[in-house]
Amino acid sequence: MKLTLKVWRQKNNKAAGQFETYNVEANEHMSFLEMMDVLNEQLIDDKKEPVSFEHDCREGICGTCNMVINGQAHGPQKGTTTCQLHMRHFKEGDTITVEPWRATAFPVIKDLVVDRSSFDRIIQAGGYISVNTGQAVDGNAIPIEKDVALKAFDAATCIGCGACVSACPNGSAMLFTSAKVSHLGLLPQGEVEHSRRVINMVAQMDKEGFGMCSNVGACSAECPKEISLENIARMNREYFKAVLTSDVK
Amino acid sequence: MKLESKIPKGALDTKWNDYKSNVALVAPNNKRKIDVIIVGTGLAGASAAATLGELGYNVKAFTFHDSPRRAHSIAAQGGINAAKNYQNDGDSIHRLFYDTIKGGDYRSREANVHRLAEVSTQIIDQCVAQGVPFAREYGGLLENRSFGGVQVSRTFYARGQTGQQLLIGAYQALSRQISLGTVTMYNRHEMVDLVVIDGKARGIIARNLLTGKLERFSAHCVVLGTGGYGNVFYLSTNAMSCNVSAAWRSVKKGALMANPCFTQIHPTCIPQSGEYQSKLTLMSESLRNDGRVWVPKSQEDAQAIQKGKKTALDIPDSERDYFLERRYPAFGNLVPRDVASRAAKVECDKGLGVSPTGLAVFLDFSSAIERYGKSEAHSKGMNASKEQIIAMGTKIVEAKYGNLFEMYEKISGENPYVYPMKIYPAVHYTMGGLWVDYNLETNISGLFAMGEANFSDHGANRLGASALMQGLADGYFVLPYTIGTFLSKEISTPTISTNSPEFEQAEKASQERIEGLINVKGNQSVESFHRRLGKIMWDYCGMSRTTEGLKKGRQMIRELRAEFYKDVYVPGQSNDYNPELEKAYRVADFLEMGELMMLDALERNESCGGHFREEYQTPEGEAMRDDENYCFVSAWEWDDQNPILHKEDLIFENVELKTRSYK
Ligand code: SF4
Ligand code: FES
Repeated sequence: MKLTLKVWRQKNNKAAGQFETYNVEANEHMSFLEMMDVLNEQLIDDKKEPVSFEHDCREGICGTCNMVINGQAHGPQKGTTTCQLHMRHFKEGDTITVEPWRATAFPVIKDLVVDRSSFDRIIQAGGYISVNTGQAVDGNAIPIEKDVALKAFDAATCIGCGACVSACPNGSAMLFTSAKVSHLGLLPQGEVEHSRRVINMVAQMDKEGFGMCSNVGACSAECPKEISLENIARMNREYFKAVLTSDVK
Repeated sequence: MKLESKIPKGALDTKWNDYKSNVALVAPNNKRKIDVIIVGTGLAGASAAATLGELGYNVKAFTFHDSPRRAHSIAAQGGINAAKNYQNDGDSIHRLFYDTIKGGDYRSREANVHRLAEVSTQIIDQCVAQGVPFAREYGGLLENRSFGGVQVSRTFYARGQTGQQLLIGAYQALSRQISLGTVTMYNRHEMVDLVVIDGKARGIIARNLLTGKLERFSAHCVVLGTGGYGNVFYLSTNAMSCNVSAAWRSVKKGALMANPCFTQIHPTCIPQSGEYQSKLTLMSESLRNDGRVWVPKSQEDAQAIQKGKKTALDIPDSERDYFLERRYPAFGNLVPRDVASRAAKVECDKGLGVSPTGLAVFLDFSSAIERYGKSEAHSKGMNASKEQIIAMGTKIVEAKYGNLFEMYEKISGENPYVYPMKIYPAVHYTMGGLWVDYNLETNISGLFAMGEANFSDHGANRLGASALMQGLADGYFVLPYTIGTFLSKEISTPTISTNSPEFEQAEKASQERIEGLINVKGNQSVESFHRRLGKIMWDYCGMSRTTEGLKKGRQMIRELRAEFYKDVYVPGQSNDYNPELEKAYRVADFLEMGELMMLDALERNESCGGHFREEYQTPEGEAMRDDENYCFVSAWEWDDQNPILHKEDLIFENVELKTRSYK
């Protein structure tokens, strides 16, 4: 299939970016990134600079890939990362725009590559259970109801890609943060530090310049792991409870 | 060079405990003054960095990713083994030890493997405490499943995302230490050289991938958790940026590379669909618990399927050959990976493959769907119709493997609940790696290697769900002890300066090497060289190997390497963010590693585990090991013309060497 690509090119964080138009020949079995590989091979053959984009596992699990395709984070297919999107979802003659994540808290590094280290800092602010190696009790000493374990698991499948932030008109990181708060808070192991965790993670989120949540719901709709909005509601509840009852400042 | 394995004396099952009670310790006040560099933040690297940070060492951790949460450990699907015997089905530390030794075709060290089996149980406890959401029974207890090559259920799992959940657990533990200031994290920093001073590993040169600048980092010792080298084959299930460079740069500084030819070809991957393909995707081995592997009995049927004139559904049961069940009745579809892969290749070589390329076999869930559906109907006391049974069975299969089926459908465009999956073997894991002793220390003093980056635990073939186990065992429970043997002697060594001639020289050499690649200014892309290297490796050093092929392959790689340095084209600058350049220096190292693999495979005149030499097989096509002459670890010292082979004899005192049989 013959395609026209409009790709965001930006030399670095300081430079202004612009769209460049390219023609590529793809086939329907390719993944979207393999189609981008074809474009880059073409550019390299012409001794031009290839498009920088990030990717690694190409299996939808590492959370590295990030493209806004035709205005949608990770493209048109629901519950799918950019790397798992295949060209059979496009047709001959299509024009496709490709942009990086758009969010203040994710500055562009080059072309389609952005800096998501703000996510790491949110986790560092409390997205863990404080247990040193060797301190654990026997695994079966902590029985967990199957349904609770499944709920925690659903929240834990977040891959930290940042599509939720890019999709949100306010650039909010509520879905990402609440997924971690839910994952750990739902489990008995994580309960002890729960209040402190919620307060500190939310504070870090604000500090990084992520926007407020105004219940648009685009985050969950474009999340490749379909993380549920329920998590945001849960975090809001827990946050207010924690602020009212805890001494953590 | 005499290779000292430093295995402690004493009985196999008390060695590790005795060692732990006697190992030299570093006092807390001294730990604060000791710097440790850890390269790589996958399961091994992140768990080690977190644990050493907790202990009070000054840790500097490095990853080339944008975040320590991205390493390829994250993609492991099926599970993690542990000898918990929660199922009361006869499992024990000894059985896990024995299965691993046997599964590895008697080419690993008894003492290392036993230690691995011992600490396996602690890993599960640790991960549960961290909040890893393992699968649970209705009673709230941990659930297990079985995996290839064993007859007990000892695999703990988190749907098909076990690696992800374990890595996130380690990443969170690491994040906690970063916030406490015990670990300094260097994201987007790639090790490009090892710095050795007076025979000891004292630092690294890292390239800041954002600026392209080389930076110097010193420490009292250096630990590598940098993964395997499967990407030498170009197409593999590894992530795109997995590479051998950290290990290979260490080899260039004198470390030995052990058993490089032991590579694992995983039987259940989604087959290649075209020339543009950039990587292959694994379908978890856990699927073989319920999937049956088959090809048509007749070539006519196979051809009709290849041409798209028939589908699997048109082939009646009587015309299907469930070849694993036929050849290996005792283990059936659950034979180890090397055996399953070779069997699939044999059928495809006979022209019985089922994809347009002829390189695929079916993995069929219809029997499982029916079985589960029937038992569900039975438990509900229903007199169910066939459709109802299938609908109920499909639901159960979906609950078990839903995300894998979905992934299959996304990639192949076919619905695996209706049409059986098509699978073919692909490179997945490398058992070989840096030679280490019992302390996980390489022959360069102060240089340690963990996880897939070392060679020590899986012999010639790794069992499923054991990679996660080894990565975390090394990082959480082994290295934090064994590193004391080295560091306890370093407590009065002051902070290592980065101004020494050794640092200077290493930085200069790296700069020249990297500039050199840009300055070739040839006409062929890095990718095209990598693809050609992969093809040579797969054709001559893949699932089956011959003397002639290996000799030819080695020669071809040498020629390819010469062409690479004459005609590669790397766009952009070295002092800039430049992903093409990163690829270039990684491929340059693969070009040497590939050659060493060919040589190792050529020297090993036997078939064992993942290493199958056509000359050494039984009349039924099973591997023929030669314990008389090859019961050793090959540890290679690199030399551009004639790499030198050192041998460490493997001594088995607790298990009897037997022909591995899964019949
Ligand atoms: S919540 Fe979804 S979109 Fe946001 S980072 Fe996690 S996986 Fe990505
Ligand atoms: S490349 Fe890993 S999720 Fe897309």
